[in-house]
Amino acid sequence: MRRSARNVFSSKGAVIGVGMVIGVVAAVLQKLGNPGNMGVCVACFERDIAGALGLHNAAGARYVRPEIIGLTLGATAAALIFREFRPRGGSAPIVRFALGAFAMIGALVFLGCPWRALLRLAGGDGNAVAGLLGLVSGIWVGTLFFRSGYNLGRGAPARAVAGWMFPALMAGLLTLRLVCPPVEGAERSAVLLYSLQGPGAMRAPAAVALGAGLLIGFLAQRTRFCTMGAFRDLLLFRQMHLLSGVIALVVAACLVNLVTGQFHPGFNNQPVAHSFALWNFAGMALAGLAFALAGGCPGRQLFMSGEGDGDAAVFVVGMIAGAAFAHNFGLASSPAGPGPHAAAGLSAGLLICLVIGLSMRQRRTG
Amino acid sequence: MNDTAMVDARGLSCPQPVLMTLDALRARSGGALTVLVDAEVSKENVMRAAGSRGWSVEGVEEEDGGVFRIRVAKR
Repeated sequence: MRRSARNVFSSKGAVIGVGMVIGVVAAVLQKLGNPGNMGVCVACFERDIAGALGLHNAAGARYVRPEIIGLTLGATAAALIFREFRPRGGSAPIVRFALGAFAMIGALVFLGCPWRALLRLAGGDGNAVAGLLGLVSGIWVGTLFFRSGYNLGRGAPARAVAGWMFPALMAGLLTLRLVCPPVEGAERSAVLLYSLQGPGAMRAPAAVALGAGLLIGFLAQRTRFCTMGAFRDLLLFRQMHLLSGVIALVVAACLVNLVTGQFHPGFNNQPVAHSFALWNFAGMALAGLAFALAGGCPGRQLFMSGEGDGDAAVFVVGMIAGAAFAHNFGLASSPAGPGPHAAAGLSAGLLICLVIGLSMRQRRTG
Repeated sequence: MNDTAMVDARGLSCPQPVLMTLDALRARSGGALTVLVDAEVSKENVMRAAGSRGWSVEGVEEEDGGVFRIRVAKR
């Protein structure tokens, strides 16, 4: 038995600093080629990975985004250095898969994960407000379930390979990206698909994108940065710790946007966005509820996957599968508006999340 | 007050360890409580939550298997 070391990154100042780093890096990635207000969007980028692997047919959303690989492996590096890499799993994996899939469907109705909702706000996209209100509403419903004893059950330590499987998957994707680089004017490079136009064709230099992901992944693993957790902790515990980092992200990204000419206030003609407020609200309400029930925003799920958490990894794989469903079934929005079957997708998602929230509970004991 | 009160939140991820800890703290006006968690992040969150409710962390020990034994008290 030994006395436990204290994590200097657990201070509020560190969370604020990391929020600022994410905001600055995201805005710079936009300047370097990533789509508008999409410097880093975990949902959009996982959707692009699904497209690059041929899991859906949206021609404008295909690219193995190095940021996602970096976010995961940066967290793995931090976890290894600080002795926090801990293979674990076994807490209702199939439920987490479903939550990931429906979280993605909701996010793609809005067109962005919580990080992108913040970046859209920081870029002047007024439609983000409806999305953020939806996100907070979904999380609030999740806190009601938490108060009544909801949880997904205990996980358990797992064998090393189980913990390494997701970081290895990311290393495999990086290898594919390196051996199948984009070819000018071609949709296919060996096994990978690429977008020739649309957001999937807008990309910062791969090395920069990977480096940015590694940096954010490393820092966010240390500070436990989580956008869902920020609002959840405020609603559940009246605690501002994580929220201070979220606010810092918005402020920093907004300042960089102002300096670099990327701030365009308004509701119409915003990049990769539509202005149907009700759909923006409802999409993010579903996503927020699913993130809350699964215990983390998409970014945090990547960081936990990088630490060896097999349950978080199943959620991420669920999100990638959800992106394929969202596009193949006409659930995802486009800048023109919601997909033809968005209402059905959101209804099914909300119903299943409510069933999960109501049924997976036990009396709390203390 | 029972000095050996214990919350076992091993295997649970946040917010459960914090909810369980706060439930236990609410149930008593003072004394000591031991919380078991098996993740660094749960340890930090439990310590932060206890601190914000006026309880002080008297010690944290790491046992084999990555289990943290957090002892909080209000005298």
